Amino acid sequence: MTNQNSTGLNLAAQDIASGHEGGVVDQVKAYFARVKNGEMGALPATGALLVLTALFSYLSPYFLTKLNFANLFVQAAQLTTLAIALVFVLLLAEIDLSAGVAAGVAMDVFYLTTTFGVPWPIGLVSALLVGVVLGFVLGFFVAKIGVPSFVITLAFFLGLQGVALILLGDGGLFRVEVPEVRAIMNDNLPVWGGWLLLAIVLLVSGGMGLYDRYRRTASGLVNRPLSLLLIKLAFMAVVGGGVVYVLNLNRSASVKEISGVPIVIPIVLLIIFLGTFLLDRTKFGRHLYAVGGNPEAARRAGIKVVRIRITAFMITSSLAVVAGLFHVSRIGVVEAAAGRTIVLSGVAAAVVGGVSLFGGRGRLIHAALGAMVISIIDNGLGLLGLSAGISFVVTGTVLALAATVDAVSRKRSGGIRRS
Amino acid sequence: MSNPVIELRDVKKSFGPVEVLKGVNLKVYAGQVTALVGDNGAGKSTLIKGLSGVQPYDSGTVLFDGQEVDIHDPIQASQLGIEVVYQDLALCENLDIVQNMFLGREELLQKTLDEPSMELQATKALQSLSVRTVKSVRQKVSSLSGGQRQTVAIARSVLRNAKLVILDEPTAALGVAQTEQVLNLVQRLADSGVAVLIISHNLADVFKVCDDISVLYLGRMVTQIETTETTQNDVVGYITGTKSVED
Ligand SMILES: Nc1ncnc2c1ncn2[C@@H]1O[C@H](COP(=O)(O)OP(=O)(O)OP(=O)(O)O)[C@@H](O)[C@H]1O
Ligand SMILES: [Mg+2]
Repeated sequence: MTNQNSTGLNLAAQDIASGHEGGVVDQVKAYFARVKNGEMGALPATGALLVLTALFSYLSPYFLTKLNFANLFVQAAQLTTLAIALVFVLLLAEIDLSAGVAAGVAMDVFYLTTTFGVPWPIGLVSALLVGVVLGFVLGFFVAKIGVPSFVITLAFFLGLQGVALILLGDGGLFRVEVPEVRAIMNDNLPVWGGWLLLAIVLLVSGGMGLYDRYRRTASGLVNRPLSLLLIKLAFMAVVGGGVVYVLNLNRSASVKEISGVPIVIPIVLLIIFLGTFLLDRTKFGRHLYAVGGNPEAARRAGIKVVRIRITAFMITSSLAVVAGLFHVSRIGVVEAAAGRTIVLSGVAAAVVGGVSLFGGRGRLIHAALGAMVISIIDNGLGLLGLSAGISFVVTGTVLALAATVDAVSRKRSGGIRRS
Repeated sequence: MSNPVIELRDVKKSFGPVEVLKGVNLKVYAGQVTALVGDNGAGKSTLIKGLSGVQPYDSGTVLFDGQEVDIHDPIQASQLGIEVVYQDLALCENLDIVQNMFLGREELLQKTLDEPSMELQATKALQSLSVRTVKSVRQKVSSLSGGQRQTVAIARSVLRNAKLVILDEPTAALGVAQTEQVLNLVQRLADSGVAVLIISHNLADVFKVCDDISVLYLGRMVTQIETTETTQNDVVGYITGTKSVED
């Protein structure tokens, strides 16, 4: 409110809308109008989730069991984190094919340091630093020197596999003996912890929603109907409540009870929350989208394009290390071959979720939904006893399909239309 | 008449041995639309780039509000109050109107984006120009027509409190109706007290909105004349070099 209209322009009578006007019905109509325009957002992934769940429940009696339900979330946690990591470079229309093996090398560093007696938190910080440094180097090559990200990250994809072999020696699995790390994917919150988590999620969502409304009202702007926020919260409460309820049931086949929300879930939720906050509510996030949408426009607006690009690569690599940590936690070992294949699943997850390969379009929650879709495909096909070969073929097909949808919807929403 | 917002005196610019601006004089006044016309290669874009700080002049004097200034980079030009609306629009299609209007100058509240304040200011800037064609300020630019995009780009300079707005062929890619809209917008911008310098090859447009016409011919300012005191034929003569002021 600092400096408008010092030129003393007369305000015209007519108002310009902000998209917040009208009741629930208008808002729903506006949403579908956007979908028709090619802004499909989370819709395809949500649809795919429902269809796949129905399909696999029908095909396999094991799919909807309590144990598999929990497994699905744990499996998806790793892929979700990797997909989220990749969103930061995908938003710039870049790619990081080395994210998986970079995470592998970082976890090798974690293994080596902790094995030689370094306390695990320091080992973890070292691993994250490996990610930060690798990301910086990649970003430097792409943003400063101008090497296409596809090529430089492919080079790192190969080179880092070599580094992993050098660090660990040929072949073999190496046990990671850190209980805190094993706990992430294998231990659960107590029953009350799951409900507390749900309460926190609802409180934070509701609180932020109300705060945004308050700020708009204070500025004299129109708000969307309050019922829309309530519907959203109710939806989250029902879905989240269902998930927590099922995860809190005993899913053990033996005497020892296993129940509760896996510890990894609050960690992933926190990553999504912080990442989304960064992208939606900070200058850095806005500038990241701008550079992804039109680098020249961003440059002319005074945005430091090189700095934004390098930072994005650093975030991607570091978050990929967290995904690597989840992987090590689940299988309990490091190996030289870690992280080679998962990166394409990560890209597939992001794109299936609605993150555009052309840059500038997509949200973290989309990548998370996409990761859930890919995980369900993996998990479901596994339960049907189909070979890994089939699973690769299906995932590849889904990626091709999603990329096609991406290209088509970009055509539909892009380009100048005459009014 | 009051003092010019910007005045150029004997401005020169060479690229190697090629002298592109050979001592140009120009005055642009607040509240007026000044046209800059000339044939291809006359040096119009070079003249603009000197004002926007993209490509400083070799010699000559630039007076801004009567003060001598040395504009050597775009940020400095923008701080003085000079905004350029480029021909290729420099908008991000994936962002909405508000986000584009505040790109690079986002307002913050406790380190996070102050969306309500930016939305309010963007809306007021558009209203102040009586923009009627834009449905919602939260529309993505990808859903806007060419004329609406020009509108957003021009409104952005209002937001920034520009004293001098330079438009490089703002209607080149537009149809009849949209050209009309943008020209009206330019008129309102000037009415609000801003000095407007507009490059155009379309003399009909120039005669419609401009108070003043300055003609560049091979790096020299042949004339700067009030629109009411000349004709389209004369201006064509100046542009093509078949007529000079002495005639
Ligand atoms: N960076 C440069 N290096 C060398 N010569 C240049 C450079 N920029 C412009 N010129 C030359 O200066 C002359 C004037 O160019 P300028 O772009 O200013 O013309 P213009 O009036 O904008 O033309 P148009 O109407 O085609 O846009 C041309 O002969 C051009 O070749
Ligand atoms: Mg030009």
